[in-house]
Amino acid sequence: MTHTIRLPTLFRLHAGGDASVTARGATVGEAFSDLGKRYPGLARQLLDPDGSVPVFVNVFLNDEDIRYLEGLDTPISEPSEITILPSVAGG
Amino acid sequence: MTGLPATPLVRLDSLSPPGVDIYAKLEWALPTGSIKDRIAVAMLERARSEGRITPQTHLLEPSSGNTGIALARLALMWGIPFTVVMAEGASAERIQTLETFGAEIIYSPRDEGSNGAVRLAEQIVSSGDYLMLNQYENPANAEAHYRGTGREIVTELERIDAFVAGLGTGGTLMGAGAAIRESFPGVQVVAAEPPMGELITGLRSIDDGYIPPIFNPDRLDRRILVRLASTIEHTRLLLSVEGLFAGPSCGAALAVALRVATGMRSGTVVTIFPDAGWKYLSTGIYTGAIEEAVQGATNQILW
Repeated sequence: MTHTIRLPTLFRLHAGGDASVTARGATVGEAFSDLGKRYPGLARQLLDPDGSVPVFVNVFLNDEDIRYLEGLDTPISEPSEITILPSVAGG
Repeated sequence: MTGLPATPLVRLDSLSPPGVDIYAKLEWALPTGSIKDRIAVAMLERARSEGRITPQTHLLEPSSGNTGIALARLALMWGIPFTVVMAEGASAERIQTLETFGAEIIYSPRDEGSNGAVRLAEQIVSSGDYLMLNQYENPANAEAHYRGTGREIVTELERIDAFVAGLGTGGTLMGAGAAIRESFPGVQVVAAEPPMGELITGLRSIDDGYIPPIFNPDRLDRRILVRLASTIEHTRLLLSVEGLFAGPSCGAALAVALRVATGMRSGTVVTIFPDAGWKYLSTGIYTGAIEEAVQGATNQILW
């Protein structure tokens, strides 16, 4: 099952400049691991050394923040879109 | 005029799906036309009660527009000089309004968004004699929504299953969310997240990210990302279907409210419409093909 991962400008240099890449996996964490095989620099941005998502990184599975689902263990049952965004302010 | 009126809470008769009532609180009924009048009054009054306003006070605040405009009104009334630090790319109307209200504007780099405005404001404040109320970390921000926005909502409704608001400083979600949860413990508090992180190309490192200190993500139940195209489509829908001329953050809130409502068999969803459309006419989001409107709005700060 192949998913599309949309990257913010900041992370594109770790993916050859591409705005989106693809990855396979049955959970968000598995998709990130798959991504890490091809883009190790990107994986270092997406995961802290302890394997958690860094505090300034927000991960959305089909536009839902995975923090309020099951985090990296969130299952993905169909080809999906994962959007990565840095934390920014508004107001 | 010193106090603030309660704002209208209206049912979206045409957009509410069968079995679900969607209510929207029209914050453009406040004096400068946005929800930010609430926090401007609360932050300034707290500063005054703490003795932080003196004849020498020069107020400075980072803002994408509405907070700056609301503070500028009060600064004008109170005779306090006021400087707003704003990312380049705000709509012409916001700049004109700030100038009309007598505010000085300092621009921060467009590609750093609001994060860059906060950073520049902090630099200026550290090197001079300014009072920065800082909406991102001032507890009076969330308190204003707890005492005002949230309490006004709970007095009007018998039932609330979900509360949806846009995420900017987090003040509305934290403050009004807490007040609503007190009266309706089962409520889901849902953030509508604008896709600004895609636009801010000036972030050099993920550590340049910013989480407002008043925002505690643990107090949300869901956070849903809204694309610019969907934001614009839903903002137009409000005008064409409900006759509400709303700003883009209302469209984003509506998109999320509808998504939440669609997952319910029955219930009540309350959302917040922060401002009206007038300040955004020049951004081109209301007319023409959606793709062109998205293209045109991509480099503008709408939130």
